[in-house]
Amino acid sequence: MTDATVNPRDQQGEAEFGDYFALLKPRVMSLVIFTAFVGLLVAPVSVHPVVGLSAILFIAVGAGASGALNMWWDADIDAVMKRTAKRPVPAGKVTAQEALALGLTLSVMAVVMLALAANMLSAGLLAFTIFFYAVVYTMWLKRWTPQNIVIGGAAGAFPPMIGWAVATGGVSIESVLMFALIFMWTPPHFWALALFMKSDYDKAQIPMLTVTHGRRVTRHHILVYTLLLAPVAIGLGLTSIGGPVYLIAAVVMNVLFVKGAIDIWRRDEAASEADGYVTEKRVFRFSLYYLFLHFGALLVEATLRGFGLGGW
Amino acid sequence: MVIKAEHEIHKRRFSRNLGVGLTLAGFVALVFALSVVKITSTGPVEGFDHAPRASLLKDTE
Repeated sequence: MTDATVNPRDQQGEAEFGDYFALLKPRVMSLVIFTAFVGLLVAPVSVHPVVGLSAILFIAVGAGASGALNMWWDADIDAVMKRTAKRPVPAGKVTAQEALALGLTLSVMAVVMLALAANMLSAGLLAFTIFFYAVVYTMWLKRWTPQNIVIGGAAGAFPPMIGWAVATGGVSIESVLMFALIFMWTPPHFWALALFMKSDYDKAQIPMLTVTHGRRVTRHHILVYTLLLAPVAIGLGLTSIGGPVYLIAAVVMNVLFVKGAIDIWRRDEAASEADGYVTEKRVFRFSLYYLFLHFGALLVEATLRGFGLGGW
Repeated sequence: MVIKAEHEIHKRRFSRNLGVGLTLAGFVALVFALSVVKITSTGPVEGFDHAPRASLLKDTE
């Protein structure tokens, strides 16, 4: 044996930088960045660009850290599900301990830096978001109750509220409604996904509503939450950050979303399986545009206000 | 002759080292920029160079 021999066991833990970055769930992070950015920009108080960009970065890092903690805790079920089997921990690229260390380190760093860059309230909200996602959702609710998506959705709903707090240093009806918009949107979004990804959640024994209460009940729930979501989304248009552009967009999007939910509600399993869940997939795709366009419309209103247009 | 066989493991290490290096450099630049912004936007401040500060001196007239 020579010095050039490489022992395969020595290669463990030799992950690429991209593998660690993947622990931060970049796709989820992009939604966090976008909604936090909108929350920051629509606020009535202007923030220095460097402070604003730093704050968005630390919010994103905090969200990514909670993603790493989620991957540390959920490595066993991630390995079972096709959608998550290639994540760095179940794929063997990064150890669970590394994911834990990265998650904890980045969590502390993101919260402290946000407190220094912006204010204590936004840092406190970020810390609570990380705790909520990593502990309340990942460790507690996800494997215990079929309402996991409903309550866990709160974690994804905080970023625009944090962005608003960065600018204003407070919480108001506008930021609460932005929170409520994402909070109410999450259940129909994920349950539409669960309807056509059923085998994965079954295999991992996660108590998704489709597994515990059946698919008929899930279809009812999608409709109810979509109906509850509509007044929240449209109501946001009547606040100080809304305006005609947002209101028109919200009414159109909610009519279409409710129609999609009714379509899902009216179908049975036989029809869905026969056409490969076309409607469920269509509504799931639409739900992504739904959220993007609502926050996009808020951004348009804020831009128009800058030119003395828009708003009420 | 120099033996220079680059194993795939070295590429991964390089990727990791480069990534960490660039991230740290970016973080340093960010903290520096934040410091400059925070210091320059705190309103009128008075330089102190071991001389009595005019604003703290009692008006003798």
